[in-house]
Amino acid sequence: MIPATPELLKTADGRPLREALVAAQARSKRKAFLLVLPLLVFVLLTFLIPIGYMLKRSVEHDGFSKSSPTLTAWFHANPEFDHMNPPEGAFAALVTDLAQMQADKNTGMAGTRINYTVPGSISLFKKGAREAGDMQPPFKEAMLKLDPAWGDPALWYGMESAASKWTTDFYQVAADRKLTATGWERGDDKQRIYLYLFFKTFLVSGIITLICMVLAFPVAHLLAVLPMSKSSLLMILVLLPFWTSLLVRTTAWIALLQEQGIVNDALVALGVVSNENRLSMMYNMTGTIVAMTHVLLPFMILPLYSVMRVIPPSYARAARSLGATSWTTFRRIYLPQTLPGIAAGSLLVFILAVGYYITPALVGGAEGQLISNLISFHMNKSNWSLAAALAAMLLAAILLLYWIYDRLVGIDRLKLG
Amino acid sequence: MSQSGAQLGGKQSASTAFVVFDHVQKSYDGVSLVVKDLNLAIGKGEFLTMLGPSGSGKTTCLMMLAGFETATHGEITLDGRPINQVPPHKRGIGMVFQNYALFPHMTVGENLSFPLEVRGMARDQREAKVKRALDMVQMGAFLNRRPAQLSGGQQQRIALARALVFDPALVLMDEPLGALDKQLREHMQFEIKHLHESLGITVVYVTHDQGEALTMSDRVAVFNDGRIQQLATPQDLYERPDNSFVAQFIGENNRLAGVIEDISGGRCLVRLATGEVIDATPVNVTTIGAKTVVSIRPERVEFKPEMMPEGTHTIEAEVLEFIYMGDLFRTRLRVAGSDDFVIKARNAQGQRVLVPGEKIKVGWHPQDARALDP
Repeated sequence: MIPATPELLKTADGRPLREALVAAQARSKRKAFLLVLPLLVFVLLTFLIPIGYMLKRSVEHDGFSKSSPTLTAWFHANPEFDHMNPPEGAFAALVTDLAQMQADKNTGMAGTRINYTVPGSISLFKKGAREAGDMQPPFKEAMLKLDPAWGDPALWYGMESAASKWTTDFYQVAADRKLTATGWERGDDKQRIYLYLFFKTFLVSGIITLICMVLAFPVAHLLAVLPMSKSSLLMILVLLPFWTSLLVRTTAWIALLQEQGIVNDALVALGVVSNENRLSMMYNMTGTIVAMTHVLLPFMILPLYSVMRVIPPSYARAARSLGATSWTTFRRIYLPQTLPGIAAGSLLVFILAVGYYITPALVGGAEGQLISNLISFHMNKSNWSLAAALAAMLLAAILLLYWIYDRLVGIDRLKLG
Repeated sequence: MSQSGAQLGGKQSASTAFVVFDHVQKSYDGVSLVVKDLNLAIGKGEFLTMLGPSGSGKTTCLMMLAGFETATHGEITLDGRPINQVPPHKRGIGMVFQNYALFPHMTVGENLSFPLEVRGMARDQREAKVKRALDMVQMGAFLNRRPAQLSGGQQQRIALARALVFDPALVLMDEPLGALDKQLREHMQFEIKHLHESLGITVVYVTHDQGEALTMSDRVAVFNDGRIQQLATPQDLYERPDNSFVAQFIGENNRLAGVIEDISGGRCLVRLATGEVIDATPVNVTTIGAKTVVSIRPERVEFKPEMMPEGTHTIEAEVLEFIYMGDLFRTRLRVAGSDDFVIKARNAQGQRVLVPGEKIKVGWHPQDARALDP
């Protein structure tokens, strides 16, 4: 049988080849899909939906908009009002809403929402709501008499912004920026802590990754070249930390490194440091770096080991027989072949370190806190939206890094085991 | 065996040889010896093959020569210079590895350039040498490929070119053709042989493939149990094995066990366990009454009465199985109570085909039957 067109092959009974192929594979494809379906549902329910919800929370907050319908309507009617000197109508709407809030007992929520951008708003709102019921017009004078802060333009910018439940306020706070009438501005010096903390988190993660790399390389090499019996024992030592509670391991570091700890006692006993000048290695950045390096080291060793294990010793031998010294052999032959392992381990350790929470919380003290500790702090304070905004920024930063990494190294060169 | 004196004094004497192993022993665990008192002299320009089963010590010898293992006792000299203390990168020995060991992160050109770079050679000189070496193995077009993009045979050629590119006087090859299919392997055997002849280099070749050893080598050292069992030319090795291990290891072989009944004039009579008497040539048996194993090559067994040599004994045989092998007919017989006596006959015009169940008589020239140690 000669096909009508050369590029469209047909099966013996005249069906197009492509169609026949799809039909022949349909059953096995359906089966494969059913097999992964539980995992798909699991990932969707426990991963994608919560992350989506978190991202939504970072741009949504109805604490103020829900309880201030009158003022919201007024803002809509007067989009061009003078923030420096709001008119009587605005104050009238405000007083109406404050009185309702007092009745509904949700002044706190509204005040909290405004408080994110204008500190001190919670007490202002509570005081205003208590008095609003008895207030007589003109409301502007009455309110300003009650507290001159009600005339603060920043407060009116804040309330206008919060009148919509969709907001970028939390990202502005998280990025230490303020959106004002004149554009983006740097926030108040006292409140500018987040970008610095992001920077510090990435720097510390980088340092930890570097230390892990230097420590893990010889261990992984030893694991890969030792005879089976010895390397199994070493592997158990490497994996031992995984079998111990993270809390126990971290507490062990406290026992070792604190001012009255074993290391300091030993140093004093040896006369290296005097009793008055004991080293402070705990509850600061040193503590965070030491303990996190220890916790994350296996994540560097294992990918390195899996790559080194499959590098045949004959490469090194070949290089030596071709006239290379042992250093040249290491630099030109061995090291380049371990790059996929170094890359995988570094990416793994770095990403884990950036989001690490428990260890810095326990041993970091005030100085050794990282961004995730602040996220946790805001979550504990029920400031979910700011926590979500910070977490989303962290996620974006890691995705950006991942993208750069892909462009530089190539994800297909990763080898995790 | 008296390998030490005889072999050193054989084709190569220790004083003129290029590579000499002098009473070399090697132990890995301090309990047992992997190489037991090795004495071997390799001449300049010689193609010497170390042949033996796995664990016979042949690869260990090669690794000691390359510098990756140190001799526990004894001395290895290269061109008159003791090299026991010389690190591998200063020995200047080219080596081809079993799995080629081409650096996967470098192109073919970079692989070949590597030994020249570490010797500090200038760039233009390097490029010329790399090109020449690639042309030598007909791989000039593959300069910028990665090893992973090459077939096994192509990788083999590159590995060969890399071992030769820095003009070493000695090249070691550790089962270099083991991973290739049969046809390619046979082709590469000839190429390596021709390269050896045209370049005049000394080659020490390790293999467990006896066909490869016989095809390529000037001399073959058969290793077993940490010792050289026989060091000889391929023809001597095949036709005149010194002992039953060599006879058994090289080629196919029929073995008949018996007792020496008479020795005289370079001939002997052997009485088999089943009572028959056969003719043989005594090799390492000297006394009447000693136990022996007579070894006969399948293609040297005669079964046509008109071809039977004059004045020799014949022995009854029953045809058990006939196998058509294309160029050969392989027939399995029952001879003197043993079921695995094999004869081979060329598939020639008019060749007689034996039928299972047929009763025939077999015989041989006494020089083809070698009475060896039991």
